[in-house]
Amino acid sequence: MDRKRRRHIMRTVILTCLAGAIIFALYGNLTKDDKKALAAGDVAPDFLLLDLDGNPYQLEDFRGKGVLLNFWGTYCKPCKDEMPYLNKQYQHYKNEGVEILAVNVGETKIEIENFVKQHKLTFPIIVDHKAEVQTAYNILPLPTTVLIDSEGRIIKYHLGEMDEKTINEYMEMLKP
Amino acid sequence: MNTVKCECGHVNPPGTVLCEACGRVVAEENDDKKLLDMRYEGSARRSTTYNQTIIDKIWNFFSSVKVGISLIVLTLIASIIGTIFPQESNLNQAVDPSVYYPEEYGWFGKVYYLLGFHRLYESWWYMLLVASLGVSLVICSLDRAIPLYKALKNQRVKRHESFLRRQRIYNRQPGVLDEKEILVVKEKLRKKGYHVLEDEGDLLAEKGRFSRWGPYVNHIGLIIFLFGILLRNVPGFYVNEKLWIKEGETRVIPGTDKEYYLENHQFLIEFYDESDGEVFKKALEDKGAIIKNFQADVILYEASEKSLPGETPTLEKIREAEIRINEPLKAGQFSLYLATYDLNIQTLEFSLIKKENNENYGNIRIDLENPEKTYNLGNGYKVDVLGYFPDFDFVDGEPVTKSPNPNNPAFAFKIITPDEPEGEISFVAVQQTIEPLGENDYKLEFQTMDTAYAIGLIVKKDLTIPFIAIGGAIFLIGVAMGSFWQHRRIWIKQEDGDILLAGHTNKNWYGFLREIETITESTVLPNPIDQTEEEESNQTRGE
Repeated sequence: MDRKRRRHIMRTVILTCLAGAIIFALYGNLTKDDKKALAAGDVAPDFLLLDLDGNPYQLEDFRGKGVLLNFWGTYCKPCKDEMPYLNKQYQHYKNEGVEILAVNVGETKIEIENFVKQHKLTFPIIVDHKAEVQTAYNILPLPTTVLIDSEGRIIKYHLGEMDEKTINEYMEMLKP
Repeated sequence: MNTVKCECGHVNPPGTVLCEACGRVVAEENDDKKLLDMRYEGSARRSTTYNQTIIDKIWNFFSSVKVGISLIVLTLIASIIGTIFPQESNLNQAVDPSVYYPEEYGWFGKVYYLLGFHRLYESWWYMLLVASLGVSLVICSLDRAIPLYKALKNQRVKRHESFLRRQRIYNRQPGVLDEKEILVVKEKLRKKGYHVLEDEGDLLAEKGRFSRWGPYVNHIGLIIFLFGILLRNVPGFYVNEKLWIKEGETRVIPGTDKEYYLENHQFLIEFYDESDGEVFKKALEDKGAIIKNFQADVILYEASEKSLPGETPTLEKIREAEIRINEPLKAGQFSLYLATYDLNIQTLEFSLIKKENNENYGNIRIDLENPEKTYNLGNGYKVDVLGYFPDFDFVDGEPVTKSPNPNNPAFAFKIITPDEPEGEISFVAVQQTIEPLGENDYKLEFQTMDTAYAIGLIVKKDLTIPFIAIGGAIFLIGVAMGSFWQHRRIWIKQEDGDILLAGHTNKNWYGFLREIETITESTVLPNPIDQTEEEESNQTRGE
């Protein structure tokens, strides 16, 4: 009886180990494509980027404020479409502790300047020339917007264009 | 399920065929056979012994050799199917697989795509199949190796007559082995490399037992091999990334967490030409340009401190290197292979021309990575860049850029001259100039462009290689153990004034028979007889 019990325990342990290895392999394989994707609740990776005038912006300096991180490019039509709404909402919420950081995906200064002038953008525009921040946040389609709360945690990933109502909701969520 | 008690008094575990102690047949169905099935020494294969809980049922399923072989066959068939058409990962990235397969291979291609066979080797069911094979391997081995080990370890010298009689090599004849005779036989056996045990005038001689472990050593190798493949999914063990670097540019090496940087100093491409000698003349005529050498001269840097994404750390030069096809650069655990290259437009040069007399007022050189706002040519001649469109297109009558890549660069210029201090607007794209505000007096004429090579590297890191190598080595050791050595045993027993001699081996029976003959020669021992041969010759005689 004792021998049977021992054997049963051995078998259970071995099968559990094997099943664990298989589940791990399958899970690893199926999530390989989006392994770097960050999820709500994760700590937002810190970064340091410069704006067009060379002023540094580090995410950590915005602790205590809600941050709307918007990845965009001048060649992206939906980015262009949502910019006026972002600009408008920013006017109101910047006094309530919400910051917008618009990360250009690494275009030339002249293109970005023209774009900013054309849309009269007032929030900081920072440039990710080497795509390192895009890699850290696993940005693929543009625009992508990441909401980061006052403690530096990710609240939400928004893929694609936002309408004004959505932006307004997000700004409310971000108020510290 | 009950234990089996042998006539000799030994209690065997359920499922036993031959008594562990004396070798008597204890399983009824084996009783009337002339020769014994000696597989696993007639010990109880553990899986068949208990069948109560779900754990036991799963265990028994994977313990079956039939299941194992079915899994191998299924895996083979699936792997073959995966090679009918190219896998998605080997296609040109620009094509859409849902269009590519039907277009290229017709309805069968469509079915192939719909069934997901274009990503067969990454599919969950293929992974599951290979994993099940691994499980089968582990459980089959455990279930057989452990009882076999116990059986061979606990062998007794004295075996029952019915055990010896049913060995393939056997003979019995009247005679007595006295002590002197036993010493002679023992010495002869030792000379042949046997390990001899004696018990009251009975002998057991054995050699090459370790060859029985060959298959299990082989399985251990395979399991380590499969484990190595599993490890690829563990972060940090396996990196396989692409890296593009333009000439003059420095980029972080992906997967190194901003530790290593690489500068593409220059890219060289050489072709075979007449100077390489007559031998190549014909080939060059037939094939045209043939590349002699691709080479990237690179500089490897290490960051001297940790930096945030987007931050530029200070870099320390480690070394300069040349990367060629199949001659990668090694940096720590990383290997960088030169995979491909591309030619990019770097700068465009225009001349400011007065249309009236074609007079040139100077050239401007625009770096497409960073166009200046103003190019001053002196004497009141100036060109302002109003807009830049790297991948220019017209959408709804408005100039836009389709992508950030300079595939079709275009500029909106304002040309300021002493004649036109207010400036003239000119829109210049490749081979196309638009003057939206009416005819201008001046134009910017395209002169030349500078191109730069970008190299495409593959960054590889594979810490699973040691597992694969050790697994493979153990696999081969197992094969060698099982193939080049044999497990041979000889039993000699004295009973009722007769001498009984029996032999067993796991392969090469003929050689074994000859070896026994050299031992029995000029002794009182009976000559060995291969009972299967005897049976065959009886049968032929009977016909």
